[in-house]
Amino acid sequence: MGLKQQQSHHHSVAVKVNEQMGTKRGYTFIQANRAWLPKFLLLWVMVMAFLSTWIYKKMDADNKVRRKEVLSSMCDQRARMLQDQFSVSVNHVHALAILVSTFHYYKNPSAIDQETFAEYTARTAFERPLLSGVAYAERVINSEREKFERQHGWTIKTMEKEPSPIRDEYAPVIFSQETVSYIESLDMMSGEEDRENILRARATGKAVLTSPFRLLGSHHLGVVLTFPVYKSKLPPTPTVEERIEATAGYLGGAFDVESLVENLLGQLAGNQEILVNVYDVTNPSDPLIMYGHQNQDGDLALLHESKLDFGDPFRRHQMICRYHQKAPTSWTALTTAFLFFVICLLVGYILYGAAIHIVKVEDDFHEMQELKVRAEAADVAKSQQFLATVSHEIRTPMNGILGMLALLLDTDLSSTQRDYAQTAQVCGKALITLINEVLDRAKIEAGKLELETVPFNLRSILDDVLSLFSEKSRNKDVELAVFVSDKVPAMVKGDPGRFRQIITNLVGNSVKFTERGHIFVKVHLAENAKPMVDAKGETCLNGGSDEGLLISGARQFKTLSGYEAADERNSWDSFKHLVADEESRYDASINMTVADEASENVTLMVSVEDTGIGIPLIAQDRVFMPFMQADSSTSRNYGGTGIGLSITKCLVELMGGHISFISRPQVGSTFSFTAVFGRCRKVPYSDAKKSNAEDLPSGFRGLKAIVVDGKPVRAAVTRYHLKRLGILVEVASSVKIAASACGKNGSSCGSKIQPDIILVEKDSWLSGEDGSLSFRMMDWKQNGHVFKLPKMTLLATNITNAELEKAKAAGFADTTIMKPMRASMVAACLHQVLGIGKKRQAGKDMPNGSSVLQSLLCGKKILVVDDNMVNRRVAAGALKKFGAAVECAESGKAALKLLQLPHSFDACFMDIQMPEMDGFEATRRIRKMESQANEQMNGGLDEGSARKGEWHVPILAMTADVIHATYDECLKCGMDGYVSKPFEEENLYQAVAKFFIAKPISDS
Amino acid sequence: MLGLGADRLRADMNRLLAFLFHQGILDEQYLQLQQLQDESSPNFVSEVVNIYFHESEKLLRNLRSLLMDREFSDYKKMGIHLNQFMGSSSSIGAKRVRNVCVAFRAASEQNNRAGCLRALELLEHEYCFLKNKLHELFQIEQQRVLAVGVRYPMQN
Repeated sequence: MGLKQQQSHHHSVAVKVNEQMGTKRGYTFIQANRAWLPKFLLLWVMVMAFLSTWIYKKMDADNKVRRKEVLSSMCDQRARMLQDQFSVSVNHVHALAILVSTFHYYKNPSAIDQETFAEYTARTAFERPLLSGVAYAERVINSEREKFERQHGWTIKTMEKEPSPIRDEYAPVIFSQETVSYIESLDMMSGEEDRENILRARATGKAVLTSPFRLLGSHHLGVVLTFPVYKSKLPPTPTVEERIEATAGYLGGAFDVESLVENLLGQLAGNQEILVNVYDVTNPSDPLIMYGHQNQDGDLALLHESKLDFGDPFRRHQMICRYHQKAPTSWTALTTAFLFFVICLLVGYILYGAAIHIVKVEDDFHEMQELKVRAEAADVAKSQQFLATVSHEIRTPMNGILGMLALLLDTDLSSTQRDYAQTAQVCGKALITLINEVLDRAKIEAGKLELETVPFNLRSILDDVLSLFSEKSRNKDVELAVFVSDKVPAMVKGDPGRFRQIITNLVGNSVKFTERGHIFVKVHLAENAKPMVDAKGETCLNGGSDEGLLISGARQFKTLSGYEAADERNSWDSFKHLVADEESRYDASINMTVADEASENVTLMVSVEDTGIGIPLIAQDRVFMPFMQADSSTSRNYGGTGIGLSITKCLVELMGGHISFISRPQVGSTFSFTAVFGRCRKVPYSDAKKSNAEDLPSGFRGLKAIVVDGKPVRAAVTRYHLKRLGILVEVASSVKIAASACGKNGSSCGSKIQPDIILVEKDSWLSGEDGSLSFRMMDWKQNGHVFKLPKMTLLATNITNAELEKAKAAGFADTTIMKPMRASMVAACLHQVLGIGKKRQAGKDMPNGSSVLQSLLCGKKILVVDDNMVNRRVAAGALKKFGAAVECAESGKAALKLLQLPHSFDACFMDIQMPEMDGFEATRRIRKMESQANEQMNGGLDEGSARKGEWHVPILAMTADVIHATYDECLKCGMDGYVSKPFEEENLYQAVAKFFIAKPISDS
Repeated sequence: MLGLGADRLRADMNRLLAFLFHQGILDEQYLQLQQLQDESSPNFVSEVVNIYFHESEKLLRNLRSLLMDREFSDYKKMGIHLNQFMGSSSSIGAKRVRNVCVAFRAASEQNNRAGCLRALELLEHEYCFLKNKLHELFQIEQQRVLAVGVRYPMQN
């Protein structure tokens, strides 16, 4: 249960890691708003377009204002100049009028005639640049016409150069400038414009202007300026009548406005740019053009009006200026705005691009992450599949080899041959185990591994593992030893296979890397670890007065073999405390166990110490990584895949413990791990026997032994093994002490123990005085003690023939107990030495022989269900060979029919893959049927039904596929186990043994 | 002649078996099968193998007809047949046939028609070869049994 929980915890950790991975994939702001990105871009572009339009408009408006200002200033300037020039001319004409009145009328006779006037005006023409010419017309009343015509010698003519019709009044030109001499004698009153002008002029006494009209000579547009000339001086405020009365004539001049303005404009800069129109706006509804073309196209949008005052209050003029061309499109503004827009657009696009890129990269990243996870998963799956396939492929021939070996062992063999064959078989089995371990690794990686919880004997497993490596260690002369604290319960609940795997891995590693010294496996309760550490300090205080150290001198460490170990915790200083602690509590242990068993679990601390090459410091942190060895040369020198420790770590963690190590290069490594096991509540002996219980002979109980060993740790190990056989042990650190102890005991007539056997460590014997022991023994013998002499046995890891001879000579028994020690081996040796009951336990050590299988299956009625005829036949044949009565069914349905209750089948082998109804389904139905029957039976208050038990026929799945049809799937639908197809004896035995061992016992 | 033949025939048989093992046509399962043969069932091996031949031919026919069905191949059914074939082949230890079946099944799982056809050809070839060899083996075996049965008093 605890283990299960542990495992589920393990799973949840994995899940949590995944979740963390999930949350780590957080989304950034950009990623979160990815859908908005194009909209952002659009918005940005729109805002920027708006902004640049605004910029353009503003710049354009500025331009326009400036343009308008320029126009108005230019227009005003022109208007002012025109006005000035005009008034200068008008003034001069005024002066001329005065001149005429003065010299023509006030002087008598007149000082002016045509000639004088023409000359004067010609010479003063520069003063009136705007006037094409001036002329003076006299006022002639109709009554005076004849006199006038006579006086001048010509008739008055109209404008059309015809003799004037008779009128009230005439204004014939009498003096004229040469430029306008053609108007002499023309009646000015005959022209509509002039007449009006004349009338207005004499009424107001001021210069008056005509509305513009085409001039006679030049066909230019022009106006005529008319000044009245008075005969007599006027009163200060003359009335209109007085003026008309006083009027003598009219001085007139034609303003050629067109050429005038042209000249004027020609003098000014910027003439080309603007278009100037001058209008007579006396009648506002009908402006008359004085200069410029009415229909000239210019910039109609923008115009400027300037008032012109030509001195005639009656007439009003104005100047209108326009630009010639429409306002040129403002390139600067346009370019600025456009560039601004483009830049913003680019910036926006860059930002957008960057955002898109970020999004894409993040997407890719997530995708990659996902792919990575998937690839890893696929990798794991693939490697698993590969491992499963390969292991299966290897398993098949291995089964062949093992089967053949099993057959070979059945034949008559000499003991040597049997030994060889047995060794081969053991090794083959180890190989199969290894393959299974590789499969485990795959399972662990997939998180599919589940631990069993069955009671098992820890000590015998340790013995087994050690024996596996005994040959190797012996060849290398490395001491291999195991010590299990007494407080570790005999039986614990856990997964023996996995525990063995861990130990095998660690010890295997140690053996591989150790060339000298020792490998020491020690198991004790985890609670003991603390006292041990405390004890260490204590011994330091005590000063460590151990003899061992003194004897060995030089550089000896108080470890198993005397070599230095990486972790000093296993040296005698602390170890003896563990042992002593145990002894002191041994008596109390009975009480203690009661207390201990209150707790459900027991935590064991296992350490494996070696004196090998150690692990380089740099490699220490990746020791538990799969396929990582200390360095690449390791696998060359020592072989191995580097998978072992990682499996070990996983397994230890699954067992609810943790693994750690201390390693010093060239000194050695100590791996220690803790593991939680269930406590076994007083299991019935038969049950315990079923699993690999410790079946040690009990014939040695009560024997006494002395162990002679200079190294206390080693002695403790030896004692541990002997203790398991029920032998009481004394430890002596040297032969001398042992001998004296013996002697003493002898003389005091066995007040204390009388040893039945003396076990001497080879080293102690060799270091001790040769033969001295035997002499003492002789002495002792001669002293007349007719007791049975204690047998002397040598303990050795390795022994040469010469040494053996010498030992024999010294009085040792023939049999040397070879290390590594294990209880069963020691027992066997002691049997030989002491000659106690030579009976071999025949049946027990061959539990998987076919004979056993035969005995199990003989007479049993078995149903084989398989749709494949060949398989059916083969399975039937195989089962028949073991004496079973076989019946066949070719489908699930047929099987159901045959298994209708009541039936007489003892077991059913069921194929899983069958058409129509597969094995799972068939099993489910059978189980249903059975449960119904059971209910009925119980309901019927056991009305004499002979079988007290319930209906439950063992159903075993047959499957060719190892990985697919997993055990739990079989169990889920009510099967009891499975055998792989094609049948293998071992496998069959394991599956069948579960039912058929228990049954005869319970039945009988 | 006949008496001498027994040993030679046994040697022949062993050679043939060795060849078949070496070529990977048979595996140790066949040996296990042979072990199941004893006095109580003297013809166990040939009986099983004959059932195997019978079943296999049926399966091969079915497979071929399934694959020949041009527009529609029932890959699922094919898989079932192949599983059967595989099961029986591994039971008698016909290793190569079994391996081809595995490949065939892989092809059928991918609905790979061309692969299936190729695998079927190969399967038929392997099967024929196996059949011939096993027939040969049984023939020698029969002769051997006959030879062992004949006793000439002058021998020994």
